[in-house]
Amino acid sequence: MANNSSMQLQVDKEKVTGGIKARRFVAYVVLIFFTILCLFWFYILFINATRTNSALKQGFTLIPGGNAWNNWSNLVHGTMPIWNGLFNSFIIAGLSAALSTYFSAVTAYAIHVYNFKLRNIFFTFVLMIMTIPTQVTALGFVRLVTNMKLEDNFIPLIIPAIAAPTVFFYMKQYMDSALPIEIVEAARIDGSGEIRTFNQIVLPILKPAIAVQMIFAFVASWNNYFTPALILHKDKLKTLPILIAQLRSADWLKFDMGQVYMMIAFSILPVIVVYLLLSRFIVQGIALGSVKG
Amino acid sequence: MKQQHKKSKVVSFNKWGYIFLIPFVVVYLVFSFVPLVSTIYYSFFEKYRVGVIEVGPNWIWFDNYKTLLTNGDLITYTTNTLVMWIIGFIPQLLVSLLLGSWFSDTRLRIKGSAFFKTVIYLPNLIMASAFAMLFFTLFSDGGPINAMLQSIGLQNPEVPYKWLQHVWSARGIVGFLNFLMWFGNTTILLMAGMMGIDPSLFEAAEVDGANATQVFWKITLPLLRPILVFVLITSLVGGIQMFDVPQILTNGTGDPMRSSMTLIMYLNKHLFSKNYGMAGALSVVLFIITGILSLLVYKVSTSKD
Repeated sequence: MANNSSMQLQVDKEKVTGGIKARRFVAYVVLIFFTILCLFWFYILFINATRTNSALKQGFTLIPGGNAWNNWSNLVHGTMPIWNGLFNSFIIAGLSAALSTYFSAVTAYAIHVYNFKLRNIFFTFVLMIMTIPTQVTALGFVRLVTNMKLEDNFIPLIIPAIAAPTVFFYMKQYMDSALPIEIVEAARIDGSGEIRTFNQIVLPILKPAIAVQMIFAFVASWNNYFTPALILHKDKLKTLPILIAQLRSADWLKFDMGQVYMMIAFSILPVIVVYLLLSRFIVQGIALGSVKG
Repeated sequence: MKQQHKKSKVVSFNKWGYIFLIPFVVVYLVFSFVPLVSTIYYSFFEKYRVGVIEVGPNWIWFDNYKTLLTNGDLITYTTNTLVMWIIGFIPQLLVSLLLGSWFSDTRLRIKGSAFFKTVIYLPNLIMASAFAMLFFTLFSDGGPINAMLQSIGLQNPEVPYKWLQHVWSARGIVGFLNFLMWFGNTTILLMAGMMGIDPSLFEAAEVDGANATQVFWKITLPLLRPILVFVLITSLVGGIQMFDVPQILTNGTGDPMRSSMTLIMYLNKHLFSKNYGMAGALSVVLFIITGILSLLVYKVSTSKD
């Protein structure tokens, strides 16, 4: 009887490991399918960016063409101010990311370290407005920018990044886990002023969080189309997403398609390169800020 | 006595809390709160332009809201937005649950899971307008997708399928792009949630002889409910903001027959034609909807489950 049941257990165990193998196989097949589904489009994009317009009109191939350099030089010497676009996007995204992370850390520090009267009210308020989209105040924003004579200026696209509720929330979460109040108290005993304590002692501790949020803030600003399109009208000041939209609204059939693909590749390549270099930190950072800790 | 002394010292530091809040509060007031108030204010005026003639501003009370709610456009564009959101969201949720449960399953031990996570998250970082432009070229009449379908004999080369001129294929492309851009993000969120579940529950289930399917439905899913609600509402708020993809794909027309025109595209149209009264009323309606959804997110993320 005892023998029988132990044999039964043995069989069960084999069944379970066999089941796991089958499930693992299915999992790999499905994961590879989604990997291809994600990369396929970029593969076509980069292949097509290397082909001539006439070759593109004849159909599709999986082998790169030899026209990449020509497409590139046509694009650079064409009517699209792409270097301006790249420069403008870099300035706006870079400064927004820097301001957004630094001042979100400042704001989170205020909530984390000091115990003042309006602290909880402020924290609750920021959490409540966190998911209200900026588009719903776009009308008032555009009117304000016009009245301040800041149209065709980068300031209204950079300064508002200082008040970034989601970045603030991430920083607060990070401080809860990585910034014990004793460090601040020790600095005070050593005679360090509050601002100096923050800049020289707290900021280095926050480095990992700042790095992750810098990337996210940079990418969000880099990809933003809605607001810059309302503010920037001069060709020289336009960012890459506006130029892409312009490419679409032009009579595109007259276009050299090789050049169109090259332009798309040009505008997404910086983010792809940064992502491939830093993906480990980015993927880890996604879940941390968004769900309760 | 000592306690008292310590307390007063703390208070003297605490004024720094307010000082550190100044940048955020000032910027928020100037660039978010003032625009919100003036948006609401504009919604009560008749102010638009016909050619070079400016009409208004005239105070017209709630007439903009009446127009907005009765002319039928709002219903059409809300429906479009929700339909395209659902086309993307349902597969996104199913795929994310599946992949998330595989990534978090310690017995399955998926090799290269870091690689897979990196790849499926990649589309989320790609400029939505560039992605939409890419899909526009890929799905154009003589584009690579039709060429591929023709080469495997699924399409007659004489009559290429016009993807963007049929309601459901146009909406489908928008929904698919939303799915592609967001399923990696949702997978990672759900995976993090699943890894937060007490492993002893899974062990107990295993001892009781539950199989993987039962464990998923009876343990993982119920315990994941708060995160699922969070994902659902934040995705819905994101869906209401849908703009870049359909705007670029349809060049702002929302064709065919305005069937892919979203709420924010509608707002954008009013902003560009300088119809500030209607833009204001629409903004206020969107503010109320997203405000309610934001409160729900707040409730979900702060509740002790």
